[in-house]
Amino acid sequence: MTTAPSTLASAPIAPQAPTRGRPARGRGGIVAHVVLVALLVVALYPIVYMVGTSFKSPQEISNNLDVLPESFTPGNYADGWSGIPGVSFARFFANSVVVSVGVVVGNVLSCALAAYAFARLRFPLRGVWFALMIGTLLLPHHVLVVPQYVLFNALGWVNTPLPLIVPKFLATDAFFVFLMVQFMRGIPRTLDEAAAIDGCGPFATFFRIVLPLTKPALVTTTVFSFIQTWNDFFSQLVYLNDIAKYTLPIGLRLFLDSSGQNAVGPMFAMSVLSLVPVFLFFLVFQRLIVEGINTSGIKG
Amino acid sequence: MADTAHRPPRVAARRSTADRSRGGSPRRRREAVAGYTFLLPWFIGLFGITLFPMLYSLYLSFTDYDLLQSPQWIGLENYVRMLTDDPQYWNSVKATLLFAVVSVPLKLAVALGVALLLYRDRRGVGLYRALFYVPSLLGGSVAIAIVWQTLFGGQGALNEILGLVGIEGRSWITNPSTALGTLVLLAAWQFGAPMVIFLAGLKQIPAEMFEAGALDGAGRFKQFWHITLPMLSPVLFFNLVLETIAGFQGFTAAFVISGGTGGPADSTLLYTLYLYLRGFGDFQMGYASAMAWGFLLVLGIITAIVFRSGSLWVHYADEGEH
Repeated sequence: MTTAPSTLASAPIAPQAPTRGRPARGRGGIVAHVVLVALLVVALYPIVYMVGTSFKSPQEISNNLDVLPESFTPGNYADGWSGIPGVSFARFFANSVVVSVGVVVGNVLSCALAAYAFARLRFPLRGVWFALMIGTLLLPHHVLVVPQYVLFNALGWVNTPLPLIVPKFLATDAFFVFLMVQFMRGIPRTLDEAAAIDGCGPFATFFRIVLPLTKPALVTTTVFSFIQTWNDFFSQLVYLNDIAKYTLPIGLRLFLDSSGQNAVGPMFAMSVLSLVPVFLFFLVFQRLIVEGINTSGIKG
Repeated sequence: MADTAHRPPRVAARRSTADRSRGGSPRRRREAVAGYTFLLPWFIGLFGITLFPMLYSLYLSFTDYDLLQSPQWIGLENYVRMLTDDPQYWNSVKATLLFAVVSVPLKLAVALGVALLLYRDRRGVGLYRALFYVPSLLGGSVAIAIVWQTLFGGQGALNEILGLVGIEGRSWITNPSTALGTLVLLAAWQFGAPMVIFLAGLKQIPAEMFEAGALDGAGRFKQFWHITLPMLSPVLFFNLVLETIAGFQGFTAAFVISGGTGGPADSTLLYTLYLYLRGFGDFQMGYASAMAWGFLLVLGIITAIVFRSGSLWVHYADEGEH
C-alpha cells in the first residue's frame, strides 16, 4: 500500500523517465500498484487464512468470517502437537529433518562430483553420458516408482528413510547436476591450469579449487533440495507406512481422517508449524531463491 | 545441449596437445580414470536406480504381479485392459489432460501479466516479487492442500464470503463439475516461480528496442506484441516446458483434496494418483507398470510436440548472425 503514494510523488520529479524507453510513470503506475496490491491480497489470503484459523477456537472457526480471530487461541498448537494418539508431532518433525538433511548432504556431494567430471574432465563417451544425464532430467519420477519400490522392498528398505535418502547420494537429481555443470563452466579454466602446474591432479583441483568456487551453486542446491524434500509427499507416502516413521506431510494427513470441526484448529496449527522451516529458509535465502536458480536455467 | 557441452573442452584439448609431447598421454589416461571415478556414484544411480528399473518395469508391465507371488507373464493383457476395459483409466486420462491444458496456460498467463506489471514499475519490485513467490514455495505441501480443502469444502470460508455477496454456497470439492477447478486454481495460485523467470527475461530486453519502437509510433500493445513477446519467447518456451512437465505430475493436492480417492466421480483422478492407487493401494504392480509406460510414452509425445512447436514461435535473438 505504502508504495503507491511514493510513486505518485516520484513522477513529477523524474521527468527523464520516459527517455529510458519505458512508459512514463504516473497514472499508469498507480493503476499498476492498485492491481498489484489487489492481486497480492488474493494471493496471500489462503496463507493468512491458515495462520488466522490456527488461532481460532472451534466456535470461531464456524462463526467468525474474519481471517483473524477475535481472541487468540494458542491451545490449538498444544492440541495438535499431541493430537495423534500414540505419537507426538515432535517425532514427525524429527523424521522430516532426518530425511531432508540426508537428501541435502547426498545431493550436494554426489551432484558436485558428477558435475566436475562433466564440466572439466575429458574422458571417452563423455558426450553420451552427458546426453543421458539430460535425458533423465525430463524423466518423470512416477515412471520409476514401481520398479524402485520392488527393488527397495527386496533390500528390506521399505518403511525406513533409506529409499528416500540413498538415491540422492547417487546423483539421481539430474537438475542439480546440470545446475552445477553450468556453474562450473563459468569458473575460469586458467585456475585449473595453474593448479595443474603446481602439481595438482584432478582430485586436488576439485577439492581445493573448483569446489570452494562452486559454493553459490552448492548453496542453491542445499536450499532447493531441502524445500523440495520437506514438502515432498508422494515418495514419503509410498515408502513410509509405520506411524512412528511418518514425516510431517504424511503425519498431517492423519488429521484429515479424524474429521470434525474440533480437528480443524489443531490441523491448521500443525500445518502452520510444518511450513515454518520452509519459510525460514525463504527469509534467509530470499534473494537467492527468487533470483538465483530460476534464472540460471535460461542464461546457459 | 550435449553439443554445447563439448565445445569448450575441445578448445582446451587442442591447447593441451602442446604438452602431450612431454608425457601428455599418461596424463590424459589419468584424467579419463579420474572422470570415471568422479562419475562412479552417478553411474551406480543411472544403471541401478534409473535404467535397470525402467527395463524391469517394462518387463513387469507384461506380467501380473502383486509383490507376494513371483510375476506371471500375461503378455499384452495389462495394456489391453488399460485401453479397452478400464473406464477409470480413461477418466484419469481425461482429468489429467483437462487439468494440464487449463492450468498450465492459466498459470503462465497470470505469471506473465504480473511480471509485466512488476517490471514497468521498479519501485517496491523486490518486495512484491518475494511476496508473490511465497505461494510457489508453500503450494506443493500437504499443509496448503489441507487449507484448500477447508477453503473450498462444504462449510469453507469461500462459501461464506460468497454468501455475503449473495451467491449460494456449495461444496466445490464434492461436486464433480468443480472439484478439478479447485486444483487448477491451486496450480495457478503458484504463479510466482514462472513469474520470476519472466522477470529475468524481461530485464534482458534492451531498452533501445522500446525506444526505437516508440519512435516508430508503436503503442504499448504493439510494443508488447512486436517487441516484448518475440524477445521473451525463449523464456516463455522454457517456462512452458517446465510447467507442462510439472502439470502432468500433480499428485499431492489431488490426493489430499479427494481424500486419496480421486473423487468425486473420478473428477480429480490425476494419472499419477490412479497409478498410485493401482500400484500401492491394490498392489497391481504389473498394471501400474503398464500405466507408467503409457505415461512415459504420452508425456514423451507431448514434450516432443512442445519442442517441435518451439521452432515455429520461439525467436532467438542471435539467430540472424548464424
